[in-house]
Amino acid sequence: MPTYTFSVNGKTVTIDAPADLSLLWVLRDKLGVTGPKYGCGIDVCKACTSHLDGEAINPCVVPVSQVQGREVTTIEGLADGGTLHPVQEAWLEQDVPQCGYCQPGQIMAAVALLRKNKNPTDAEIDAIQNVCRCGTYFRIREAIKRAAAKM
Amino acid sequence: MGSPTDSTAEHEDGAVNRRRFLTFLVAAPTLTLATNLAADAIAPGTAEAVVSILPQPAEIMDLGDVLILAGTPTAHLLVLELTEDGEAHFELPRAEVGQGITTAVAMLVAEELDLPLSKVRVRLADARSELLMNQLTGSSNTIRSVYGPVRQTAAAARARLIAAAGKQWGLSTDRLVTRDGVVVAPDGRTATYGSLTSLAAKLTLPGLTATPKPESEHTLVGTPTSRIDARAMVTGTMRYTLDLDVAGAKPTMVRRPPTINGTVRSVNNEAAVRAMPGVIDLAVVPAGVAVMAATFGQALDAKNALDVTWNGGTVDALSDADIRLRLRAAAPPFIVPPLLTQHVDAEFDFAFVSHAPLETNSAIADVRDDRAEIWAGLKSPIVAKQTIAAAIGLPEDRVTVHVTQSGGSFGRRLFFDGALEAAQISKAMARPVKLMWSRIDDMRHGRARPATHHKVRATYALGRVLTYEHRVAAVETDFRHGLGEILTATAAHLPVAGNLSFAQTVFLTTVKVPYDFGVVTELLNEVPLKMHTASWRSVYSANTRGAEEILVDELAKRLGKDPVAFRREFLKTGRQRAVLDKVATAGNWGRAMPAGFAQGVGFHDEYKSCTACLVEIDARDPKKPRVVKAVIAADVGRPINPRGLEAQLLGGLTDAIATTLRAGLHIDRGLPLEGSYSQFHYARQKDSPPDVRIFILPANGEPGGAGELGVPAAVGAIANAYARATGTRPRSFPINFDVDFTPFSR
Ligand code: FES
Ligand code: FES
Repeated sequence: MPTYTFSVNGKTVTIDAPADLSLLWVLRDKLGVTGPKYGCGIDVCKACTSHLDGEAINPCVVPVSQVQGREVTTIEGLADGGTLHPVQEAWLEQDVPQCGYCQPGQIMAAVALLRKNKNPTDAEIDAIQNVCRCGTYFRIREAIKRAAAKM
Repeated sequence: MGSPTDSTAEHEDGAVNRRRFLTFLVAAPTLTLATNLAADAIAPGTAEAVVSILPQPAEIMDLGDVLILAGTPTAHLLVLELTEDGEAHFELPRAEVGQGITTAVAMLVAEELDLPLSKVRVRLADARSELLMNQLTGSSNTIRSVYGPVRQTAAAARARLIAAAGKQWGLSTDRLVTRDGVVVAPDGRTATYGSLTSLAAKLTLPGLTATPKPESEHTLVGTPTSRIDARAMVTGTMRYTLDLDVAGAKPTMVRRPPTINGTVRSVNNEAAVRAMPGVIDLAVVPAGVAVMAATFGQALDAKNALDVTWNGGTVDALSDADIRLRLRAAAPPFIVPPLLTQHVDAEFDFAFVSHAPLETNSAIADVRDDRAEIWAGLKSPIVAKQTIAAAIGLPEDRVTVHVTQSGGSFGRRLFFDGALEAAQISKAMARPVKLMWSRIDDMRHGRARPATHHKVRATYALGRVLTYEHRVAAVETDFRHGLGEILTATAAHLPVAGNLSFAQTVFLTTVKVPYDFGVVTELLNEVPLKMHTASWRSVYSANTRGAEEILVDELAKRLGKDPVAFRREFLKTGRQRAVLDKVATAGNWGRAMPAGFAQGVGFHDEYKSCTACLVEIDARDPKKPRVVKAVIAADVGRPINPRGLEAQLLGGLTDAIATTLRAGLHIDRGLPLEGSYSQFHYARQKDSPPDVRIFILPANGEPGGAGELGVPAAVGAIANAYARATGTRPRSFPINFDVDFTPFSR
């Protein structure tokens, strides 16, 4: 089995895995990083949204061979120690989560959006595809605007 | 066991709904109190009280049960412990699936104990058989059923802590007060709860009485409060079932049949699949063929590689068209002939709707020869435990069932099919199992809200509605998750005539017309098809009351009245009119809208709460409508956490947007076509209004139910807005329901 070395939330990891095993299962089943969630496995629900070299990706459709030597960030790596990222802060202030299952992905998608676009319009926020089955969309929208104002 | 503290949870308006609960001191090193959920004033005062609401467990336990429970050391339903580091730990026999009950209950405890909210921990209790039928999360009943007992337990704890401080200081207790987790003496001395808890646990205090604070003194309860578990959720540290690290439990998935309830005839390539990378084990179980592997990725590959010959299922020949015909034929006939009066007739159809919680069906099971342990998000854990014990051939007391917090339910987790399946697989493989359903399986072989057909007729004359008849035919809703047992046990006490089926009982106890429409009859007839159904947030009301709100608009039009003015005139109470007035004013009802846009309004009353919803829709493209604004008002009697209530109403609104406009399941030859969110169009951000305003009306009584309240009014409002914007009369839901995708292979 091939070996891959990459960084996860700032730590270098080396694992043996088949080349086509998706990053989601490498993170969850091999590394015990459970923040990214499974919701569909085919890049539809976006519950697994994480970052690869700072860009939003969906690890359920990224084979581990593609992350060799690169930097993976999951929801667990977003806060700086005890200090939450401003997007996480905004999420708490708006009391966004209900069941919470989609929220790691929602937050990672919002962080990626705000990196590209400091002041997203409603139409740009509409383009976020992440499913929230609890229907928290309005609070997500408010939280993104609040985070934008903070950052 | 000490002697009971006799205390009362009394509502401010005096004798109405006065209930008493027995609280016991549990023998423990730190102060631990337990309270029976069942009040001793069990019998509902009037028959009407039972008809108008789904009976709560507290209302249907009889006196004998209460006495047996009170005499059994393990039998207490609510357990509160004060720890030496000054925290209050509370065990809640309910499931948290996102509805925020742990936060609301923590608020009640903090309020009554005068303890900061951050020092209250709420844990979900394991399945406890001794709770009998009192551990079920559904019917929006959690807050309604625990409001009194939780406050009383905490009040009793507070009284004991004060008594301990009084003893320590040699002061009379009536000179002591509590504040922020400490007892304060008149001279300013303080003692923390943590320092008092062991003494408070030992004191003999015969005749101690404790009365919860009057509601007028509440400072935390009733104020908007953020969820206590939100930080764990936004940092990714919240543990759902599949995130648990149970020793040896390996990723497992099941290959399922091409039609609902099909069974395995033969596995044709077992050796090849066993030889695939990472595969650990394989077993045939009732649901299909289970494969265990080192990772879920490998389990999924192996499941897909399986070559299985299947036996047929239970509805192989059925497709939507057949189901619709059977429902139409099954709707009970009207009584009032349309001959002599003016009337409005309408028929409505609603498709099947997947619950589709974002966390798919999942469970961990570790079944050994002599014991078993299960972890899953379960809303009826006791029935789950009993059924699993029977299925794997173990006595019930050898099975431990842990309730984990779960990623959404909407009714789905009333059923424990995942937990049962995990137990069967664990037994077959003789290994611990971490079972995950694929999304496709979850949508196709999971449960769904049954399709329904509605016939409605209203007659009117001289500006009055004379009669109103609503006939519902529904594919049978499966209630075999414990609610059935609860109601069957008390069926004799239900003042409903004749030999009604269980579903009809639920229907009659939850669905009611809030308007003064003369002679009203509403009847349900179910068509038993062997499919996987389950009640879906708001059970029958989303469709039944949704359809009714559409008809109300059409009636108003016939009578030449404005929809809001018409509703105002026919609603029965001032409370109902107040929520309607609120949305009409705040939402600027009647304002001019450009072509293709329109407003719509809906109202709903359920579980002693009521709500109105006003939406604005942009339907310039009728195939791609968007709700652009929503204004909601709700009166829930007594809001515990207005912020949490707003979240529930927002969720109900989103559910209504999805199911009214686009989200449903097509049944095609025994299987739903939809297999993921790219096909089952649950609303996304782009479908959700960028302008939402929610008003929670001030407290005016006891807490009503709120978890399901939001859906029906919003269904009506959205359909009515769409009808006006497009000049159509929507009759079939979801309104836009083309098969706009290529289905996954079976
Ligand atoms: S699990 Fe990755 S997009 Fe759904
Ligand atoms: S909070 Fe439950 S799915 Fe988004």
